[in-house]
Amino acid sequence: MSYLRPNFRHPDLKTNEIGYTKADYEGGLSTLCAGCGHDSIGASILQACFELSIEPHRVAKLSGIGCSSKTPAYFLGASHGFNSVHGRMPSVATGANLANRDLIYLGVSGDGDTASIGMGQFAHVVRRNLNMVYVVMNNGCYGLTKGQDSATADKGSASKKGAPNPYEGIDLCEMAIQLGAGFVARSFSGDKQQLTPLIKAAMSHQGFALIDVVSPCVTFNNNAASTKSYDFVREHSEATGTFDFVPMKDEIITQYNAGDTEEVTLHDGSVVHLHKMSKELKLNDRSSAMHEIERYKSKGQILTGLLYLDPLTPDTHELLGTTDKALNSLTETQLCPGNAALQSINESFR
Amino acid sequence: MKPTDINNPEYFHKVVDCQYACPAHTPVPQYIRLIAEQRYSEAYMLNWESNVFPGVLGRTCDRPCEPACRRGRVEEDPVAICRLKRVAADFKDDIHSQLPTIPAQKNGKRVALIGGGPASLTVARDLAPLGYEIDLYDDQKAGGGFMRSQIPSFRLPESVLNEEVNYILDMGITTHFNHHVKSLKSIVDKQYDAIFVGTGAPRGRDLSKLPGREEADDNIHIGIDWLANVAFEHTSKIGKKVLVLGGGNTAMDCCRTARRLGGEDVRVVVRSPQSEMKASHWEIEDTLHEDIPIFENHTPKEFVVDNGKLVGMHFEKVKAVYDEAGKRSLVPTGEDLVFMECDDVLMAIGQENAFPWIERDIGVDFGQWDMPIVDETTFQSTLKSVFFGGDAAFGPKNVITAVAHGHQAAISIDLYCQGESVNHRPAPGVNLISQKMGFHEWTYDNAVSNDERFIVPLADKEAALKNRKMEVELGFDVQQAFDEAQRCLNCDVQTVFTDDKCIECDACADVCPTDCISFVGNGEEDDLRTRLSAPSHNLEQDLYVSDALKTGRVMVKDENVCLHCGLCAERCPTTAWDMQKFFYSVTKAGQSCAE
Ligand SMILES: Cc1cc2nc3c(=O)[nH]c(=O)nc-3n(C[C@H](O)[C@H](O)[C@H](O)COP(=O)(O)OP(=O)(O)OC[C@H]3O[C@@H](n4cnc5c(N)ncnc54)[C@H](O)[C@@H]3O)c2cc1C
Ligand SMILES: Cc1ncc(C[n+]2csc(CCOP(=O)(O)OP(=O)(O)O)c2C)c(N)n1
Ligand code: SF4
Ligand code: SF4
Ligand code: SF4
Ligand SMILES: [Mg+2]
Repeated sequence: MSYLRPNFRHPDLKTNEIGYTKADYEGGLSTLCAGCGHDSIGASILQACFELSIEPHRVAKLSGIGCSSKTPAYFLGASHGFNSVHGRMPSVATGANLANRDLIYLGVSGDGDTASIGMGQFAHVVRRNLNMVYVVMNNGCYGLTKGQDSATADKGSASKKGAPNPYEGIDLCEMAIQLGAGFVARSFSGDKQQLTPLIKAAMSHQGFALIDVVSPCVTFNNNAASTKSYDFVREHSEATGTFDFVPMKDEIITQYNAGDTEEVTLHDGSVVHLHKMSKELKLNDRSSAMHEIERYKSKGQILTGLLYLDPLTPDTHELLGTTDKALNSLTETQLCPGNAALQSINESFR
Repeated sequence: MKPTDINNPEYFHKVVDCQYACPAHTPVPQYIRLIAEQRYSEAYMLNWESNVFPGVLGRTCDRPCEPACRRGRVEEDPVAICRLKRVAADFKDDIHSQLPTIPAQKNGKRVALIGGGPASLTVARDLAPLGYEIDLYDDQKAGGGFMRSQIPSFRLPESVLNEEVNYILDMGITTHFNHHVKSLKSIVDKQYDAIFVGTGAPRGRDLSKLPGREEADDNIHIGIDWLANVAFEHTSKIGKKVLVLGGGNTAMDCCRTARRLGGEDVRVVVRSPQSEMKASHWEIEDTLHEDIPIFENHTPKEFVVDNGKLVGMHFEKVKAVYDEAGKRSLVPTGEDLVFMECDDVLMAIGQENAFPWIERDIGVDFGQWDMPIVDETTFQSTLKSVFFGGDAAFGPKNVITAVAHGHQAAISIDLYCQGESVNHRPAPGVNLISQKMGFHEWTYDNAVSNDERFIVPLADKEAALKNRKMEVELGFDVQQAFDEAQRCLNCDVQTVFTDDKCIECDACADVCPTDCISFVGNGEEDDLRTRLSAPSHNLEQDLYVSDALKTGRVMVKDENVCLHCGLCAERCPTTAWDMQKFFYSVTKAGQSCAE
């Protein structure tokens, strides 16, 4: 019986710039079904944090309810974590971020958690452009409650025991673009080569970054009639291009062909290169992104990769003009300046 | 790379590092599991089948399996494979009923064995149950060869040796002890159907040219002759100050024996640096534990004699210098000669073969260094009816190698006597069976123990040094044996991959604690090794490569540090991975013929 992972690791594991190995980013052993796409996404998050040399204690993982929302228990065991109620992860993330803007906020949610019960919260956290990475592990069903169709299930798709879905599926990427997100991407749990650099870029982006990751539910929604199965996604997805993420500190050595490659410098100085397949796509043009997503959809295909990127959107703190320090670094007198300060504020409104 | 052919038994055989390294290919993990289950007799018999002397080897084996043990690649120390073998021998029940029955009706073939060491005894063990009539000639008073005359009783009690030698001699072997064979021709003339020469490497090297050698002869002893004299109780004392020359295991046995026969200031003096001594590191440890200092980088120059009696030796100090190819030479440092006082000197500087008793005109050809020409697979000499094995075949090695030779020679002798070609070797017996019992349940204990290697408890030193026959190592008790057995990673339970079941979900690659599994585009081995999830530098360990999967990639598993924990198989949604027990046994004489 093994619900325990052995303690031994590969003896020659690489260390990153801060001296950690991948093992330092591990969490508990997953209790999800064997083969669940969510576990692969967790492995990509772990890999991205390792490669970015992020100190685990600088990350806060936030999630709602669902198989997807359980996954933060399985990676970054040394990071902060908050498993909130169903669909309410965005408010908890907002509160945490307002209190301590210095952490890296990683929201992990499901398609049910986001597009059904959490739809209102999702819409507003995007609008506020909260500085966070929001990962949706999108399996088109409510895995945890035994596979009912979710609101992202494509019209006509059927789960293992279900009938074809009569409703239009919600496209979270299109919504996020429409609501003002600065970083929007779609990926597939079975394609770590694409997913890991996307997560790294999303973590380096200042403002709201959505990655909608199609993630097959092996138990309830990996059947032939489902459009979120391993086979379907592999056969029907097309990437916007191959993708490179070059951290700020690394020199750019590859020569890129102008025209096919779009290059964007992020807020922290790192650079994203997209070697485009689809010439039509312009990275910081909302209507181009929407158009391309729909164009592929009409062909029965899923467009993956980076879809939209505007590195210069003002985040919540900037919009609200909050203090530029984490609240825990302020002194008591700074936090409670006293009656005189209150009076002067009141006075200013008279 | 081409997809790995797991139907080739050698592929999985190599994954079982210990068994692969064992000259007799003892199924180590299988017997270790039996020990953990307290099925000691079964563990013993499994050993006995392969290596014939589990009780002896569990105390004295050179253990080539341990440096090979996978556990040593994921942590400090390998599993104490050897000492677990002893546990099986110590705790077994009476196993007489499980020994092979010897047919009353013989097969009409007569075989002579010359020398009564482990090689000859193994031949006897394998051939007697097939109905051969066997005559064994040895110049000692009892069987066992060097196991009796050389390996001291404080490492190997006589009772243990007698028991295992007698299992074989009691198979109706006709023994001719105290019989030194002076002429091979005389044996050939006795019309045996086949003759096996297992006479070992009985001649100890001397320093006959060193000044003072002759004058001091009374107090200078050849190590192996001296040990034999002690074993057969012709010698029972030695001087207080003893110098032991040499850095191999014989030197270690000489000095430790000297400590028990009255040596108070016993020193080992060796030419090379201590780190390059030939002795096993555990024998060096035991030596140091008995307060015997080792003087490294000292080359013997002279036996110093006063009034016709040995009083000491002169040594030249040297240092090791290595050329570009890494070849070592010992260069004098130019310091003054070092004088060490002594009453006796024991020389343990090497052993040689010697075949003065084999006539050079009877068809057994000799080659380089006056060694007989022997086929490395069949052990046949140029005289077709004469076979060699053990130290006599290719120079001094160890007991387990002699046993492995014995098995192979027995196969040849059987084939030869049955009129078949000796090159018609039987294939190994193999078996691969799924161990799955449930979602997270396997027939084997797949959890990986975190314990460090357990140390075998020792007898009280003072008492041990007073009694040459008192065994120093006490052996593991039942609990220690269980805990040590749990350290075994069950490398014979193989990860078996079925490519057309894989949906490339990555679950196995993600869960694997030691990053063994990768899904990548195929390539040549050198290139593949640079693109795997974890560094892949151990070229001695194979890559297990699948056929192309749906995405065109291949599954590549680096066998190097797989813990055989089964997590990949537990996480695989489609049972593309399965844990299957691989049993490999070397086929013995008479068991089957190659197809
Ligand atoms: C001091 C010492 C300690 C050792 N310790 C270990 C150890 O701990 N572990 C280990 O694995 N190995 C050890 N070895 C090596 C091991 O003993 C030998 O490799 C092994 O015994 C070889 O087996 P064998 O069957 O080839 O011959 P041997 O065991 O050498 O047996 C040959 C027999 O043939 C007899 N013989 C020789 N010539 C004739 C003849 N003409 N007529 C009749 N009889 C003859 C010899 O007297 C002897 O009895 C040690 C060796 C020495 C010297
Ligand atoms: C307030 C509330 N309503 C309903 C539920 C029941 N429930 C638990 S998980 C879940 C759906 C989860 O779906 P999703 O977010 O897609 O996660 P998945 O398991 O598919 O990864 C629901 C409806 C709940 N836990 N809390
Ligand atoms: S039920 Fe589906 S989503 Fe949940 S763990 Fe199992 S495979 Fe993953
Ligand atoms: S048995 Fe499987 S999971 Fe365990 S170490 Fe080996 S390859 Fe990895
Ligand atoms: S877990 Fe099984 S199905 Fe998934 S990638 Fe590994 S072998 Fe293939
Ligand atoms: Mg879901």
